[in-house]
Amino acid sequence: QIKAQRLLYFNMSESTKPHPQGKGEKTHVGDSSYVGIDAILEQMRRKAMKQGFEFNIMVVGQSGLGKSTLVNTLFKSKVSRKSVQPNPEERIPKTIEIKSISHDIEEKGVRMKLTVIDTPGFGDQINNENCWQPIMKFINDQYEVYLQEEININRKKRIPDSRVHCCIYFIPPTGHCLRPLDVEFMRRLSKVVNIVPVIAKADTLTLEERDYFKQTIREELRANGIDVYPQKEFDEDAEDRMINDKIREMIPFAVVGSDQEYQVNGKRILGRKTKWGTIEVENIAHCEFAYLRDLLIRTHMQNIKDITGSIHYETYRVRRLNESNIHFSAHLSDDPAVEPKANGQLEEQPSALQPNGVAAQHEALSHEM
Amino acid sequence: LVQQKNLEGYVGFANLPNQVYRKSVKRGFEFTLMVVGESGLGKSTLINSLFLTDLYSPEYPGPSHRIKKTVQVEQSKVLVKEGGVHLLLTIVDTPGFGDAVDNSNCWQPVIDYIDSKFEDYLNAESRVNRRQMPDSRVQCCLYFIAPSGHGLKPLDIEFMKRLHEKVNIIPLIAKADTMTPEECQQFKKQIMKEIQEHKIKIYEFPETEDEEEMKMVRKIKDRLPLAVVGSNTIIEVNGKRVRGRQYPWGVAEVENGEHCDFTILRNMLIRTHMQDLKDVTNNVHYENYRSRKLAAVTYNGVDNNKNKGQLTKPDTAEGMSPLAQMEEERREHVTKMKKMEQEMEQVFEMKVKEKLQKLRDSEVELQRRHEQMKKNLEAQHKELEEKRRQHEEEKASWEAQQRILEQQKLDASRTLEKNKKKKIF
Repeated sequence: QIKAQRLLYFNMSESTKPHPQGKGEKTHVGDSSYVGIDAILEQMRRKAMKQGFEFNIMVVGQSGLGKSTLVNTLFKSKVSRKSVQPNPEERIPKTIEIKSISHDIEEKGVRMKLTVIDTPGFGDQINNENCWQPIMKFINDQYEVYLQEEININRKKRIPDSRVHCCIYFIPPTGHCLRPLDVEFMRRLSKVVNIVPVIAKADTLTLEERDYFKQTIREELRANGIDVYPQKEFDEDAEDRMINDKIREMIPFAVVGSDQEYQVNGKRILGRKTKWGTIEVENIAHCEFAYLRDLLIRTHMQNIKDITGSIHYETYRVRRLNESNIHFSAHLSDDPAVEPKANGQLEEQPSALQPNGVAAQHEALSHEM
Repeated sequence: LVQQKNLEGYVGFANLPNQVYRKSVKRGFEFTLMVVGESGLGKSTLINSLFLTDLYSPEYPGPSHRIKKTVQVEQSKVLVKEGGVHLLLTIVDTPGFGDAVDNSNCWQPVIDYIDSKFEDYLNAESRVNRRQMPDSRVQCCLYFIAPSGHGLKPLDIEFMKRLHEKVNIIPLIAKADTMTPEECQQFKKQIMKEIQEHKIKIYEFPETEDEEEMKMVRKIKDRLPLAVVGSNTIIEVNGKRVRGRQYPWGVAEVENGEHCDFTILRNMLIRTHMQDLKDVTNNVHYENYRSRKLAAVTYNGVDNNKNKGQLTKPDTAEGMSPLAQMEEERREHVTKMKKMEQEMEQVFEMKVKEKLQKLRDSEVELQRRHEQMKKNLEAQHKELEEKRRQHEEEKASWEAQQRILEQQKLDASRTLEKNKKKKIF
């Protein structure tokens, strides 16, 4: 919708300049060519501020790579699983757990419901075969919940969005190449969620080692056909592509996280103090945390959510409805009145998507497809 | 009961240590060091830093630059000389350890390697002819722990539990410049706690009576496991040239005791405790192996280990006389020779058969070609005959024609003559 607004703006005469309609008044009283369509931007902004935003971010990586610290650093508050759980002892769980923690945070009047999904136990066992499965299941389950709500006849005004918008994958700073586990995970999950790979604990690598490592990783991602965010095929126009190309040259970001402040040159900054120097987290000469934060929060957050909603979720939805369509048409001959089945049984019986809306949905779908 | 006696004068056996020293220097020393850990933990760099050499060079790249599908055990030998002393250093690397998705039993190749070295030594020790006894037993295993900051991983615990009774394990925290001093302290405490919990027996420094040495040993024990950083790049810091790693925020110096424990490791491994490591390997780990192995062999010399599915060479049991053993060896040798002879004869026969077959084949081929050529020749011959006949016919007819022409000519000349004569008359 915002794009449509922009187009319209360019069609109007050049002499008019839009004024922010902060107070709902028309400032160009005598200007007959000014309509005021751009005021919708302000209306949307106000509505968004009232509603608030949702953002769901998942962190995946072996234990000890600084995932919780990084999340705390990103949102400048103690939002990670570690900060919430009272037990300071860190024991590696025997199987992968998926822990989801939500916080309401606010900045300059803008409210956000931030959900951090942690995956302790990933890649920590001796045998890590299929350790990505619980994660894939979780992501698909969130899509399912959203789908259920969407095809409901009486559905809520605003569907609560628990879909995973972004998955940050932590690569251990070996300095050589991706491990088989990394490749396997990213290959499978890049198809269902936006993956942002980062090099964890990047203060282990010198600048030359870092560049070499990044290059190797990029080549391996390309060789394995892994499409990480920002995906090339979803660039909308040349401007997007230019910006995203620059980002693509830099991934994976080499990050360092910290929630401790130190005094450096009279300023208080977040960092890590060692005997040979202090690493400043937000100094781009030291690490690329600032780029990651800008990407995730300041510039591309909405884009990430859009891609999750319009591409990953839609792929899931088409697949699910296809499954149920096949099943449904197979059963249509025997029993036209499909019995309403509970949501929980959906996995086994794809035919029963939802009680009553099914017939109408299938009509609509078969026209679409 | 041995009495102590005081000497009246200088005898001279106080010089014995010097003699031993001189002989050892002449003989040179051997040391086998194993490094185990996930790829990317700086193992190769640390080895290069410890011995100030480039074990892995561009012509012979280290395992880290090659991707491994399964765990390999590779050994590289390097001869290091310093101050007239030779050290034959064998580094055993284990690329692929812990790198796969499924790492179950990735320690098995390591265990097998260590056992096989013990077995080699046991066999060499039991031989009659023992002049050469190369010692390739693994005397020390440096285990690299990833600097997660939390604790040991399940893989670390499994590996150390299985190998602490076969080799001296020295756990190290790799890439220690990842952590701040506080994190490092915390990590070390956690690791030592877990090691004690799981009853893992890492290498213990021997107690001595010397007060100075004890102080040093206690200092080392406090800093276990040692947190190391490796590097061979030389950087200038405050006018001094040091080995270290250059970051935008400073230089982490390898040999600075405040930065990491590399110096402690090097001193302990090379300068003070190398001999003790070898002794413990010989007296404890090897003896454990040996008694376990030999106890499994019954009185009759039947090797129980064979039933257990282990690979063994025919071992000697306790109590077999050397002569019998020599006889045994001779018989072995003879059977081996006979077998080789048989094999060679077989190979020879096979080759002869092949050759004969080839010859027969070529004979048949030649025969065929001969027939073919003969046929061709006959065909040509016939053709030629045909042509000759034609030619004869032509000749005959031509001659006939010629005769006719001659006759005509004669007639013509006679007629002319006649006419001439007529004209005259």
